[in-house]
Amino acid sequence: MEISRHWRLQQQRYGLLGEKCNHCGEKLFPPRDVCPECTQDSQELYRFSGKGEVYSYSKVFDPPAGYEGTAPYTMALVKLEEGPLVTAQLTDVDNDIVEIGMLVEMVTRKLREDGNRGMLVYGYKFRPRLK
Amino acid sequence: MTDLRRDTRTRVMQPARMVGIVGYGAYLPRFRLPASEISRVWTEGQSSLPVQEKAVAGPDEDVVTMSIEAARNAIMRAGVDPQDIGAVWIGSESHPYAVKPTATIVAEAIGAVPHTQAADWQFACKGGTEAMQAAIAFVGSCMSDYACAIGMDTAQGRPGDALEYTAGSGGAAFLLGPADKSVAVVEGTYSFVTDTPDFWRRSNANYPQHGQRFTGEPAYFRHITSAAERLMDEMGTGPQDSDFAVFHQPNSKIPGRVGRYLGFTSAQLEVGLLAPEIGNVYAGSALVGLTAVLDSCDPGDRGLLVSFGSGAGSDAFQLRISDQPLDFPDVVPSTRDYLERRTTIDYSTYTRYLGKLALE
Ligand SMILES: [Zn+2]
Repeated sequence: MEISRHWRLQQQRYGLLGEKCNHCGEKLFPPRDVCPECTQDSQELYRFSGKGEVYSYSKVFDPPAGYEGTAPYTMALVKLEEGPLVTAQLTDVDNDIVEIGMLVEMVTRKLREDGNRGMLVYGYKFRPRLK
Repeated sequence: MTDLRRDTRTRVMQPARMVGIVGYGAYLPRFRLPASEISRVWTEGQSSLPVQEKAVAGPDEDVVTMSIEAARNAIMRAGVDPQDIGAVWIGSESHPYAVKPTATIVAEAIGAVPHTQAADWQFACKGGTEAMQAAIAFVGSCMSDYACAIGMDTAQGRPGDALEYTAGSGGAAFLLGPADKSVAVVEGTYSFVTDTPDFWRRSNANYPQHGQRFTGEPAYFRHITSAAERLMDEMGTGPQDSDFAVFHQPNSKIPGRVGRYLGFTSAQLEVGLLAPEIGNVYAGSALVGLTAVLDSCDPGDRGLLVSFGSGAGSDAFQLRISDQPLDFPDVVPSTRDYLERRTTIDYSTYTRYLGKLALE
C-alpha cells in the first residue's frame, strides 16, 4: 500500500476539502493547480457541505482487492450541491433502492484495510440523507 | 486509602471558571441484532434476554468513523470553528489501532489540526466521561476555550457468551466550553475509583473475561451509588432536585435498579435509558443516553450523569440546563433519528460485519 499517497490525499478524502477559485468563484474538487473554468491559478481552500445527489451509479459485485468487506456495493457519481461531480461508494443503503436523483450526504468511512497488520484507509462515502 | 466513614473533606471537583456543554452529537450505526437471534443460535431460544436488540457497526465503521460523525454533529450544534478546539479526546475500549491514536484521525477529519491536543483514553466503559472531566479541567483552567470529549465503542463479546447479547456499537461527542455559551452547565463532578477485578481483557486476547462474583454488587452498584451519593451530598441536592438521571447501561434493567436504590423514579430515568434499543455501547453508554435527554429537556432542568467503568470506577456529573431555550439549527440528526434508522440483521450477517469469518 502506498502510505505516502494516502497521506497526501487524506485531507480532501476525510472531509471533502477542495478549493474555491478566487477569480471566477468556481468550487473545485479535487483541488488542482489551475481552475478548469477560467484557467487562473489562485485558489483558496474550501470545505464542501457534503450534500449532493446521485447523478449516476453502478453496482459492484466483483470488487478489487481490499474492498471485499463491503461488497456488493454501489459506486456512484455524486453531484455536489456546489457543482463538482465526485465518484464514491454509497453506504448505509440497500443497493436495490438506489436511484438517480437520490439525495445523499457525505460521511467518512473506512475505505479499505491492508490486512490485519497494515494501515486503515479512511475517506468519504455517501449515504441517503438522515435529516 | 481513606476511611470513608471519617472523610469530611470536599471531594467534588469544580473548575476555576465555570464550564458547560456547548454542543453535543450522538452516533448510532444503522444495524440492529435482536437478542432473540443470538438466543436462537446458541440456546435454542431459551435464554432470558437482557435487551431487545443491540446496535451493530457496519463493515466500514469503527470508533474512528463513528467518532467523526458524532463530533461533526456536536460542532454543527455549537456553531464553533473547529480551529478553536484545543483538545480532541476519545474514550473507548475498541480503538482500531493498538498503537496510533484514534484522536489524530478524528481531529484531522473535523478540521481541528494542527494546533490541538489529541489523545485516546481507556478505562473500560468510563473512558468517555474521563475524557469529559479532563475537558472540563482544560477549559476551566483557560488552557483552551473548547475541548471535544468523545465516548465511543464497537463492543464485542465472545460468541455465545452472556456479553454477546448486549455488547453494542455507538456513542456520543461533547464539546465543552465556557458556561455562558453552554446548553448545560457542569455544576460539579466527582469520581469514585478502586481496584476491582470485575472485567478485563488482556492485550493479546480477542474477548474480555468477567470476574464472576465481582460484576454486580462490588463493581457496578458500589461505584455508581458511591459516586452519585457523594456528589449529591456535597452539592446539597437529592433525587427530588433532578429532572433526569442517566446511569451506565449494561442492560435494560440494572440502571433502573441502581436508580431506584438512589431514590430516583423511573420517569427520571426513562428518556436517557437507551439500552433496550441499542444494548451496552460501553464508553458511549451513559453519554449517548445524555444526548437523548438534551434533545428533549426543558430550560432550567437539572440532572445527574453517572458512568461506570470496570476495573473499576464511576464519574458523576451534576448538570443544569441553560435557562434559555435550546435553539439549535435543525440540521443535525437527533438521537431519536438515529434510533429510528434501523435495519435488522441476522446472526450470519452479524458475524460477517464483525469480521468473525476467516477469509484466508
Ligand atoms: Zn476560476
